[in-house]
Amino acid sequence: MSTRLARGGRLIDRSKPITISFNGRRMPAFLGDTLASAVLANDQMMVGRSFKYHRPRGIMASGAEEPNALVGLGAGPRFEPNQRMTTTEAFDGAETASQNHWPSLEFDIGAINNKFSRFLPGGFYYKTFMWPRSFWKNVYEPFIRQSAGLGKVPTDRDADRYEQAYAYADVVVVGAGIAGLTAALGAARSGKRVIVLEMTPACGGRAVVDGFAIDGQPAEGWVAAAVDTLRGMDNVTLMTRTMATGLYDHGYLMAAQRIADHTPGDGRPKQRLWRIRTAEVITATGAIERPLSFAGNDIPGVMLAAAVRDYAVNYGISIGDRTVIVTNNDDAYRTALALLDAGLTVPAVIDARPTVTGALPQAVRDRGVRVLEGRGIAKVHGGKRVTGVEVCVQAGEGAMIEELGCDCVAMSGGWSPVVHLWSHCGGKLLWDEARAMFRPDANRPPLGADGRGMVRAVGAANGMLTPDEVLTDAHAAFGDGTAPQTNAPDEARMEPVWIMPQGAGPKLRAKMWLDPQNDVKVSDVQLAAREGYESVEHTKRYTTLGMATDQGKISNINGLAVLSDALHQQIPATGTTTFRPPYTPLTLGTIAAEARGEIFQPLRRTPIHEWHEAHGVEWEPVGLWRRPFCYKRAGETTHAAVNREVRNTRTNLGLLDASTLGKILVKGPDAGKFLDMLYTGVMSTLPVGKCRYGLMCNEQGFLSDDGVVVRLSEDSWLCHTTSGGADRIHGWMEDWLQCEWWDWKVYTANLTEQFAQIAVVGPNARKVLEKLGGMDVSKATLPFMTFAEGQLGGFNARVFRISFSGELSYEIAVPASEGRAFWEKLIEAGQEFGVMPYGTECLHILRAEKGFIMIGDETDGTVIPQDLNMAWAISKKKPDYLGKRGQERSFLASPDRWKLVGLETLDGSVLPEGAYAVAPGVNANGQRNVQGRVTSTYFSPTLNRGIAMGLVKHGPDRMGEVLDFPGDGGKVHQARIVDQVFYDKEGAKNDA
Amino acid sequence: MLILECPCCGVKAEETELAPGGEAHLKRYGPGSSDEDFDNYMFARANPKGVHFERWRHAYGCGKWFLAARCTATLEVFGTYPAQTTEPPAELQAYIKSRRPEWEGYK
Repeated sequence: MSTRLARGGRLIDRSKPITISFNGRRMPAFLGDTLASAVLANDQMMVGRSFKYHRPRGIMASGAEEPNALVGLGAGPRFEPNQRMTTTEAFDGAETASQNHWPSLEFDIGAINNKFSRFLPGGFYYKTFMWPRSFWKNVYEPFIRQSAGLGKVPTDRDADRYEQAYAYADVVVVGAGIAGLTAALGAARSGKRVIVLEMTPACGGRAVVDGFAIDGQPAEGWVAAAVDTLRGMDNVTLMTRTMATGLYDHGYLMAAQRIADHTPGDGRPKQRLWRIRTAEVITATGAIERPLSFAGNDIPGVMLAAAVRDYAVNYGISIGDRTVIVTNNDDAYRTALALLDAGLTVPAVIDARPTVTGALPQAVRDRGVRVLEGRGIAKVHGGKRVTGVEVCVQAGEGAMIEELGCDCVAMSGGWSPVVHLWSHCGGKLLWDEARAMFRPDANRPPLGADGRGMVRAVGAANGMLTPDEVLTDAHAAFGDGTAPQTNAPDEARMEPVWIMPQGAGPKLRAKMWLDPQNDVKVSDVQLAAREGYESVEHTKRYTTLGMATDQGKISNINGLAVLSDALHQQIPATGTTTFRPPYTPLTLGTIAAEARGEIFQPLRRTPIHEWHEAHGVEWEPVGLWRRPFCYKRAGETTHAAVNREVRNTRTNLGLLDASTLGKILVKGPDAGKFLDMLYTGVMSTLPVGKCRYGLMCNEQGFLSDDGVVVRLSEDSWLCHTTSGGADRIHGWMEDWLQCEWWDWKVYTANLTEQFAQIAVVGPNARKVLEKLGGMDVSKATLPFMTFAEGQLGGFNARVFRISFSGELSYEIAVPASEGRAFWEKLIEAGQEFGVMPYGTECLHILRAEKGFIMIGDETDGTVIPQDLNMAWAISKKKPDYLGKRGQERSFLASPDRWKLVGLETLDGSVLPEGAYAVAPGVNANGQRNVQGRVTSTYFSPTLNRGIAMGLVKHGPDRMGEVLDFPGDGGKVHQARIVDQVFYDKEGAKNDA
Repeated sequence: MLILECPCCGVKAEETELAPGGEAHLKRYGPGSSDEDFDNYMFARANPKGVHFERWRHAYGCGKWFLAARCTATLEVFGTYPAQTTEPPAELQAYIKSRRPEWEGYK
């Protein structure tokens, strides 16, 4: 059984006991434990089930590479699935629950898959779920959905807050082991601004566990001194609990800092995402130990050798009394020594190498431990827990030589440098034959903005594995003088072992796990190779090797070695799969940070926003603005409110907050010439004091925006744009002025937010303005399409006599700061004239009744003004305007284009939005032919019937024809083609 | 996440501050131009793997458009320069040639 030793544990504080729970069972632990060490202290070896076969899964590792130990942590609004127990700090009261089993961890129905594993080989999903096609929706997909996905999705809103921060550095050192600390000291002493990122709460990496001496003092003391030195320097920032998750272009490094993960609810942000720009990155990210592929290597109790010693040294944990060590290198012997030091037994070290002569093995032999040379493990005994191993000859086929009883198997297949950050941004790897590893190719680093390398790998991350190699390499990054020296012994060469034993038959290979989380075995990869999956990227997807949440940190190298062997090629010819960020999963909370809820997006408010809010408004989002859709009275439906607003505006007086309308000032000696290029019509000839409606097209000729242009003075025009178009059109103007006609003397300014604008609309519009007094707004002085400036009711006002409703209408702009007061003044003065505010839906109905187009309804980026019967707004005389050449293209000049008409249903109902008019016959795809579509459709309270506009082939030539518009549920709506102006065709009301 | 120095305001701008504008130095073809010229102006883009001249707007900064010479394969930035030019400055072209001897040159 796994248990806590009486002594030891450099990271735990035995004076601070805490309690956590696992699947409801309360477990004592200490501050400083990870969730993994906490449950191991309580003999909880099995912590989950595998994805496919639901086999028992135990903790294998002690860090970020852990494939199995994922739990749901917390409850309610603090519940998080898939927390990696080996990297999650334990805290008092932590509730954890295992995943991927039903009904319980101990007894899992899904484990039946294990019995059928013969029928669930690599590529099973692709082979099985292909046919019959009709099964996909009703059988396969629900089945996959139910079984897919480890962990449960949280159901509550996250109670925590997250933040993001920016930082800048000359050098970021990733990893605070002895390599990172050495490089950081060198960089800091040369005066550079240095940030050091360490993913765990403590610094020191492997050295403090392995326990050699550096420059004569124990590694732990050397590390503490180095950390103190760095912390004391003004140009250094050292952050622990901070994971560098990804490196991106031009030195952009992302790092996730855990702040209150281990102290939930203490008021601090849970995590902080750092966005760091740095001139250079030093990756001192160490190496990850490789598992060995022998039958039963997934049984709980089989662990990585270094993890077994981490648990003993760092947390005072015994995985079991008897640990068999199996290895192909000298480093694993350190685990034997650590266990012996802790008073535990090592029945034997099984070493695949034919002769073992190194200093570390000798030290183990000296303590009376058998070293079995040239041997391997044929098979592990046990179900939910290791009970023993069968020893065989590594060079053979797996015949048992002897059986060893044990509670733990500590395996080591050598080490793989952590090359993720190096690779994220294009750094290349080389295959180091002598060390049997992929490591960074210093000649092909990731490139920065200047085209030069921006990353250097040092220490184990660079493939240097012995302590002296590591320190020499890291010191060379910045240092002068001599590198720190250690007393660590030399290590003999490792020998690559990709399967154990070398000649294992199919039966054994089908029990050798490569990827324990996704259940990919040696036999699956070999099958993929036989079936023709020669590319490592294809094999990965076919078998799901390395596609689990650990992204194959421990499994990929063995997998591609097995694939290479099956393809009879060298490992570098197979290559690696692509390393993509993030290194470990980022919680969505850090990515969103403060951008959630009300501040997800900035909200633009008109000066009258709060008044609307206090008067029953129903909002409609328009870009970042909120515009009133309508104003509801007590007990009123939305539909009734809209109809009331329309009727009132047609008969009395309506007020619209039009402040969101774009207002762009165009000024200068060449402003007229510029506007003539921008608009399809002529604006340069517009007399001062007059208004003119204008259309803007893009260079392809398609209608892009519309609005009223006002000639303010000899050299100034005010261009109104649509509410959503203001910023876009201003950018469009600047693009042409800066990049094409840069010698034209024109200045533009987006004044949209400088003014509040209110449309005063209806038969009583003039009366209310006359009541306010101060300006002559009579028909004679201020006729249609003119404007005047003056004092209206004491407000500085610009009064435009324009109409988007067909009613007598004024749009009045006042300084934004006075918008609310002016609106309230109009409401008050308008009482005797039946004033009511109206919203955007009423605006739409009023304009549709008059047949006015709306950008975004009648246009969709493929419509030209000519389609909308607006040739009258296009100058024939101008030699050029933006879009003119585009409109000359043959298909835009075709008489067969769909053109705008009015549509009136035969039964008075409202046509469905976007409905298509069908034509006889079918197209090449067997779909019904179409001859038109609805662009705007409303219920008109004025006419008490549905009205619509649409684009119809040869539409204006087909007045009176009835078209079929199929709708939902087989219903066919019939509508007659009519004139697009439904109301007041002669324009008498506007002209009042 | 590129960094480009805005030649107008001098700020080293992050990609999030910038709006891309596609290939630079296009010649506009208006009314009277052939279908082929207009089609090329409107739709045909060089899209090279390697040296590329492109338009950027310092949208969330000074608001000005500028041009950048960049390697699309390695993201190396050779330089940025004002939009009010019809071709890349000679010194920039020389610098690109020094960094990419195999480059065929502008036009």
